[in-house]
Order: sequence, then C-alpha cells, then structure tokens
Amino acid sequence: MSQTMTGAQALIYALERQGVDIMFGVPGGAILPAYDPILDSKIRHVLARHEQGAGHMASGYAHATGRVGVMVATSGPGATNLITPLQDCYMDSIPVVAITGQVATHAIGNDAFQEAHTWGISMPATKHNYLVTDANDIPEVINEAFHLAATGRPGPILVDLPKDVLAATMTWHEPEEIKLPGYKPSVRGHPKQVKAAIELIQESARPVLYTGGGVIRAEASAELTRFAEMANLPVVTTLMARGAIADSHPLTLGMSGMHGCYTATTAIQQSDLLIAMAARFDDRVTGDVAAFAPHARVIHVDVDPAEIGKVRNPDVPIVGDAKVVLEQLLEELEKKLAGGAAPERAEWFDQLARWQRDYPLAFDQDPHGPIQQQYVISEINRISGKDTIVVAGVGQHQMWAAQFWGFEKPNTWINSGGLGTMGYAVPAAVGAQAGMPEETVWAIDGDGCFQMTMQELITASVEGIPVKIAVMNNGALGMVKQWQKLFYHERFSAVDLTDHTPNYVKLAEAMGCVGIRAEKPEEVAPAIEKAMATKDQPVVVEFVCDPEAMVFPMVVAGGSNDNVIMRPEDLPDPRGPQPEDEI
Amino acid sequence: MNHVISVQVENKPGVLARVASMFAGRGFNIHSLAVGPTADPTLSRMTVVVDGPEMEQIIKQLYKLVHTVKVTELPAGQGLEREIMMLRVNAEASRRGEIMESAAIFKAKTVDVGVSTLTFELSGDPDALADFLELMRPYGIVDLVKSGRIAMARDTKSKDGNKARLRSA
Ligand SMILES: Cc1ncc(C[n+]2csc(CCOP(=O)(O)OP(=O)(O)O)c2C)c(N)n1
Ligand SMILES: [Mg+2]
Repeated sequence: MSQTMTGAQALIYALERQGVDIMFGVPGGAILPAYDPILDSKIRHVLARHEQGAGHMASGYAHATGRVGVMVATSGPGATNLITPLQDCYMDSIPVVAITGQVATHAIGNDAFQEAHTWGISMPATKHNYLVTDANDIPEVINEAFHLAATGRPGPILVDLPKDVLAATMTWHEPEEIKLPGYKPSVRGHPKQVKAAIELIQESARPVLYTGGGVIRAEASAELTRFAEMANLPVVTTLMARGAIADSHPLTLGMSGMHGCYTATTAIQQSDLLIAMAARFDDRVTGDVAAFAPHARVIHVDVDPAEIGKVRNPDVPIVGDAKVVLEQLLEELEKKLAGGAAPERAEWFDQLARWQRDYPLAFDQDPHGPIQQQYVISEINRISGKDTIVVAGVGQHQMWAAQFWGFEKPNTWINSGGLGTMGYAVPAAVGAQAGMPEETVWAIDGDGCFQMTMQELITASVEGIPVKIAVMNNGALGMVKQWQKLFYHERFSAVDLTDHTPNYVKLAEAMGCVGIRAEKPEEVAPAIEKAMATKDQPVVVEFVCDPEAMVFPMVVAGGSNDNVIMRPEDLPDPRGPQPEDEI
Repeated sequence: MNHVISVQVENKPGVLARVASMFAGRGFNIHSLAVGPTADPTLSRMTVVVDGPEMEQIIKQLYKLVHTVKVTELPAGQGLEREIMMLRVNAEASRRGEIMESAAIFKAKTVDVGVSTLTFELSGDPDALADFLELMRPYGIVDLVKSGRIAMARDTKSKDGNKARLRSA
C-alpha cells in the first residue's frame, strides 16, 4: 500500500496493523483529526468519561490479555490526565501506548490554547516517548512504540502528535526496519550463571523462590511451576505475582511483605537462598533492607539489568527473560539431577508447615456482627470460581483481596502495585472485561477508591461491558485510618467518609448499572449470586462492612521483616513507654 | 569521589533532557556535563562527572534510556581528561607583571586585557586548572567559566592485541 492519506489516517492504519482491536479515549481539539478515520476503522473506540479512566482501562486490558493497551487523549488537560495511568503502568511494567494530540507545530512553545509540554511531562513517566513533527515518520514511530512497549521490560510509551501533523498529507510506506542501536534487551541468561544458579540451588537447605510480577508479564507461569516442582522449592509470590503459581499448589506459601502472610515473609527471612525471579525487592516486600533475608545468598533473574543490584547485590545475577531463563534452569537442572530427585529438604518443609499451622491467614465472621471484608472476598471467590478476573483498588480491601482470594491462574489478578493508585479498580475492570468478554470480572473496590473513578461505570453500561463491582463500604479511607489508629494516637484526620454516604444503589442505577446492597453477613452470598446472575449489565454491590477492621499481618513500614505483627495487641505502643508501665 | 563517564547517545532531539531528567529523578548528582557531536553525525557524546558511590546504578540507568548506545566509565586518573576555563582576575597595573609571570608558568593564554583586569584561558588537566585557580585567587577573581570536563579512554591496545600502554600524556 503506497497511498496518499492524512497523518491521522496513517496513525489509525498503523494501529490497525499492530493488531489493535480496541482503544480507550476522550477526543478534543488537537486530536480531532484522528477521531475522523476512527469512524471508518474496525478498531473499537471506547469513550471514557475521564482520560485517567481511559488510561487505566488500557492498563486493565493489557494486564488481562497480555496485549498492548491503547489510550487516546487530546492535548493539554487530556494529556496531563493520562500521567497517572502512565506512571502506574511504568511502575508495574504494563505495556501500553498513549496517543496524545498536541497543538500545531508552529504554536508549540507559545502557550497556545490547551498546550502542555506533554513530551517533557511524560518523559519520566514512560519507558520512552515521541513528539512527531513530520507525518512521514508515523509508520516508523508507531512501529517502534509498540515494539518498545511490549519487549524487554514492558512499559508505557507516549506518542504526541501535533494537529498539523495529523492533518498533513503523506504517502503511506512500510515502516523501515527498527533501528535502535542502544536497545537490545537480553533474552537468554548467561549459561555460566545458569550453571552457578543450579549449583547454589542444589546446595541450599532452606531455599525460597521469590516470584515477582515479571513472571506473569513473561507468561512464564507454567515454567515457574515446573521448576519449583523439579527443584523442590517453596514459592512466595509478591503482590504483583499473585496467580503466577496456583495458590492450591502444595509448594505455594502465599504473599510476603508488609501485609504478607507470616509463613511467606518468615520463610524469606530464614532462607539460606533466595531465588528472585523477575521480582524487584520493592520496599513493601523487603521492609528494612539491611535486615532483609540476612542469611540468604541471592540469585536474581530479571530482564532489566538495572534491577539487579539496585537494592540487594546478588551472588548470581542473571539478565534475561524469565520464561527463557526458567527453561534454561530446567534444562540445567535436568542434566544435574540425571534422573535423580532434588534434595528433600524435609526439615525446611516441616518448619514451613509448622508456621502455616501456627500462623495461618484467618478471619472471624460473626454471623451477627458486621460484615468482614475477608468474608466477602472469600464468598465472591467461592461463588464466582477460579477463572474470575479480580481487579482491586488501593487500600485495605486490596490487601485482603490479595490475601484471601485463591488465585489459580496468571492474569486473573489486576491491581496497582507499584504506584498504589486509588481509583484504579473500576476503569481497569472495564478494560479487562473489554479484553476478556467471556470471563467474569469482579472489582474489589474501596468506598474511597470508588468515589474517585466510578463515573467509568457510565462507560461500562453504555458500551455493554458487564463488570461486577464490589464496593467495600467501611465508611473510611480505611488504610489511612488504620495507620492513624496505629501510629498517630488514634487522631483521625480526614479519613471519615460518613459525613455523607452516597446511596450506592441509586448511584449505580443512575449510571445504568444494577445496584445491590448487603448489610448483614447472611445477605452477602445472595447479593453475590444476584450479581452473578446479571449478565448483560454492570453491577455494583455495596457491602456495608466493619469500619474498625484492620489488615494483619503487618510489618511496620521500614521495620524488619523479622517482626511480623499478627494482632494489634502485638504492636509496640506508639506513645512509647507509659506511666502505668512503670511499676 | 568523582567518576567520569563517557556516554554515547543517539543524536536525537531531547536526548540531553532525558539524561538530565534521569539523573534528577534518581537523585544522582552531576558535577559537570559536557555534550558535543562525534565523528559520526548520528551520535553525540556526553562526558558526565558524577559524585557518589552509585556508579553501577548510574551506568545501568543510563543504558535503560532507549537512546543510549554505549556507556564507558573512565577509571579515575587513567583516562585522558581535559577542561577549558576562562578566568578574569583583578590586575592593578602594579601587579600585572607578577600575574602574567604566574600565568606563563601554567601556559595560560591572555585573551583579554581590561583597564583593571586580565582574562586568561587555560585548558588541560582538571588538576592543573584547579592549581592555577588557587594561585590566582588572592588577586581577586572577577569571573570564571569552565567548560566541564571532556574525557576519552587511552588507547591501550598494542599491535599484537595485548594490552600495553604505548604513550601517556
Ligand atoms: C490517588 C491516591 N490518593 C491517595 C492515596 C493514599 N491512600 C492509600 S489507601 C487510601 C484509602 C483508600 O480508601 P478506600 O478506597 O475506602 O479503601 P479502604 O482502605 O477503606 O479499603 C488512601 C487515601 C492513594 N493510594 N492514591
Ligand atoms: Mg474504605
């Protein structure tokens, strides 16, 4: 095809050729030219009610499908509204491409109407970004943008397109071969390091396979599970890696870190070998770095060389794609075992089993008391099944969802881990459902989060995207309230949401959704069943929950992971020693 | 301690902003930064002098920028390092002779003569520049401009491919 067309037509054509089937956006002046050829394209455009929503939709879509998500916005405020989702995708390594309109090239720098320095603003929030100044560059730029988003460590790419570039006439040409002399992500691990890793693993008496979200991005769940089995390794999953190995697998210990379960966190602390698989030693996982896994040697596998040694110096660094490196490790281990079995490590597994028995993740649902969020989550899990895609907001409800949902498959857990973006759940669920129309998508959302981005339920009902949203109404910015309770002498500041509680049922109905409310424990399951029976419309279920509940276990921010606090009574008194203590 | 890194980047608009933004965003300190073209018009070279112990991270983060082609750390004191400075000092008629004499020892060039000042240009090893500056300080420094350091690794390859120092500057 070497046809004369506008830059805008070239843009849409280039997106079609990348296999884009859906994009999420809001139009405006500078991006107007691009919205005209959308009418003639087979790409579905979902009109979000806010660009932040469009961005999280693209993110949820990418999370759920593994494909590159696309968001579109106009210049100025449209583009700045995308910054939160871009940074969110950057932190969690989610492949997305943002297309933004820009004022005409001759107006750039003149404080023109709806001008923002989008390229500059988005630079630190993207893996890479472009300002296109010639329509003839569009085939190459779009090709490069998708390549960069999806390869190496995935991430967000922004392409800023001035209005005159979109309106200009160009002749379509096949994009030239990608020329990025400085961009060559390593795929295969160094064979010598792979060998060294297997040596350490075979010698280890107390190993832990510390699994990060990169395993899910690399679609390496099957390889991870096989490797854990063959090498006989207990597996800890980070918040981002929930679902990388089935929670029902006997080698699974669960989530570690600030709100991780006792066994997972303590296993890492006591390990003699940590195999970090596409994990990045986030501070929510490590607590005090100096006290983190003090006896462990470290094997660190990551596709991003900068992650290796950033927080903890490994004994064996392996740069490569998690799936390929796991295959290499499997091959090497097979050679090494030569038909024999991996070390039994009976003492270690006994110890882990004792911790699991003595310090389980548990909750009490008093049948006459207030609804506990853990109970709601367990019930949704039980009723909706293991294939459900779960999307969370940020706060207590997110931690409980990560703790109490039994994940059996990768890409069924979608949340904002790195940035912790409140308001993520509703739009991300819409994006996930749009990408996976056959699956059930449940958002577990907080009342605070819901009030940030709930307008995207209008998008969902208009577009026929039947997400199910559980609003955990605890009348508070619960996680912040928990910290004020524990560390600020119960001086509650700006965390109460009960001054005016919106009628969530009416709110849902006003947005074209089915609204359901459950106020007592016995109403929980029927409400979920009713939501499950609604197939053609989005549903909002408000669960009126215990306002006082707190998330445990907990490691105090910056504290050592040796001090996993199981109950509030075990916390050090924030007021320090009290007069009544001095007897 | 200062480290010198030589960064080859694609000669693309905004590449300096990307490098500077990465340094700022990651909290790395830049002591000096000099940018210029290379023999290959598609590439530019930046010589960055940085403080601090995080060299490995700095290099890796530089590599993460899509437009970074090659990063070389020049071990302290072992590369060829040059800097140019222009220095204007107070020079009353009575002291001119002695100032000019000192400048001559350093082979500093006189580039401007004012009514009561002298302006020198001096290029060379950063240590020599620092020494000259100290020598001039008592006269009263009116103005000072430095280019920032540029650096290049020494060619240490011998003909048979073995590493050997052939010459030193
Ligand atoms: C955009 C944004 N603003 C503020 C915060 C800080 N923050 C973290 S959790 C939280 C409370 C969330 O409240 P809610 O959605 O009701 O969840 P809950 O903790 O009550 O389950 C706040 C304000 C954040 N993470 N994101
Ligand atoms: Mg809440």
